[in-house]
Amino acid sequence: MKRLLGTALALSLSTGAAFADTVRLGTEGAYAPWNFLDDSGEVAGFERDLGDELCKRAALNCEWVTNDWDSIIPNLVSGNYDAIIAGMSITEDREKVIDFTQNYTPPDPSAYLALSDDVDLAGAVVAAQATTIQAAFVAGQGWTLVEFATPEETVAAVRNGEADAVLADKSFLDPFAGQDGLTMLSRMEQIGGGVGMGFRKSDTELRAKFDAAIQSMKDDGSLNELIAKWEVATQF
Amino acid sequence: MFEYCANPDTLDGLAWLSCYLTTGKHLSFYTSFGTVLVLLAITAPVALGFGFGGAAMARSNVTPARWIGKTYIAIVRGVPDIAFFMFFVIALDQGFEYLRHQAFCPDWDQPIRQGNDFIVCSEAKLPLSTSPQWVHEIYGFFLAVLTFAIVFGAFAANVIFGAMNAVPKAQIETAGAYGMTRRQTFWRIIVPQMWVYALPGLSNLWMVLIKATPLLFLLGVEDIVYWARELGGTKHQRFTDYPHGDWRMWYFLVLLVFYLGFTKVSEAVLDRLMKRLSRGQATAGGEALRRAAA
Repeated sequence: MKRLLGTALALSLSTGAAFADTVRLGTEGAYAPWNFLDDSGEVAGFERDLGDELCKRAALNCEWVTNDWDSIIPNLVSGNYDAIIAGMSITEDREKVIDFTQNYTPPDPSAYLALSDDVDLAGAVVAAQATTIQAAFVAGQGWTLVEFATPEETVAAVRNGEADAVLADKSFLDPFAGQDGLTMLSRMEQIGGGVGMGFRKSDTELRAKFDAAIQSMKDDGSLNELIAKWEVATQF
Repeated sequence: MFEYCANPDTLDGLAWLSCYLTTGKHLSFYTSFGTVLVLLAITAPVALGFGFGGAAMARSNVTPARWIGKTYIAIVRGVPDIAFFMFFVIALDQGFEYLRHQAFCPDWDQPIRQGNDFIVCSEAKLPLSTSPQWVHEIYGFFLAVLTFAIVFGAFAANVIFGAMNAVPKAQIETAGAYGMTRRQTFWRIIVPQMWVYALPGLSNLWMVLIKATPLLFLLGVEDIVYWARELGGTKHQRFTDYPHGDWRMWYFLVLLVFYLGFTKVSEAVLDRLMKRLSRGQATAGGEALRRAAA
């Protein structure tokens, strides 16, 4: 143990190099069209385009990292990456732990996908991804909630009958609607305060830089163009 | 990969499949098999080392060493794996960074803990935030090996502790009668003979370790199960050149074959090892070997 720690330290001491402004952006990589891995395994999607543009405007050198959704906040606060840009809605609960920039998509309704139009949600089993605003909403309603670690599994649960409906961001569910008998319910839920980038509470400077960059993209309309390109949300 | 893959929409059958199976994403999937094998190849001996050390300490006649050995075995065996992999690794990482922080930034005046945040100076970051992604990956891999080794080392320590106690007492007394010291008895009598008692327990651990590798993704290491889930998930026309439905079952089938094949090979190797270790032992297995030879 001791020797292992010793070699680890020695190894880590020898990796010192020049310090540039590299900002590591943490994302999930499994939530198309927001963020996903393309055919070559690179992070792609709305947030990839957005993040790259924001970094360009803030004159920062950015790098993409994928992380499990479950541990995405703990890994931010412990410093494994510097920002979360993963379709994360701004909520009060999350704001107790991390700080958000202003939203880069407006508050949008969440939608249900089910196998039939006449699901009685109160008596149904509703699937949602764990630790999302949708999961919190379903739990708050007192309905039966089943949680899954990845978004893909929530839809699969409806497909194979494990759940009666899935609640998620409308833009994520859109491509699934009309396939395998899945239909979108007309009922929507207005939850969350829009999506923003998450930062450590102590990182006010970095957050201000991204905040300004988002503002400039809102001002010149390029943010709306990106939203339209990827069909992730309504426009500002 | 191949030139005809430029426009996959026009392909079908084997040509489509050959393009689909050679996308960058699939190559990452294939590489992750290597990652898992390398992880096992490094973790197994390190965990065995931890186990041997833990067992030797637990039966030491130096009281503090015995305490440390016993505490290590008791605590790690009692904590759920998932808690270990979620929190211990973050704590370990922060521990390293804290030490480096003390060494590199002695005149840092802000607190390291600010609410939920853990802040060390940028020189103390591990790896440095300027390091390329592969350094981060190697570091994550190293943390994974260390965590696996600590967890499985505790189980191995308990197995080896039991095996050491299973060595016939008469042999140890005889060694004493011949004038061997405690140390000599340990290295010459107990250690060579205990393996045959330890092996069944250790082989169990090895099998469990093989199947525990999906825990890797909790540590940010992308293993075969992560890629199987990612590749098998529904892919829509808009986001890929190779749209398909929910194919996770096929990918998991591949994993099933891999795991079954791997455990089968392991069993064969462990069986041979057991035979080899039983030679000349005062056990039923050793007796059977002796009879067969006679």
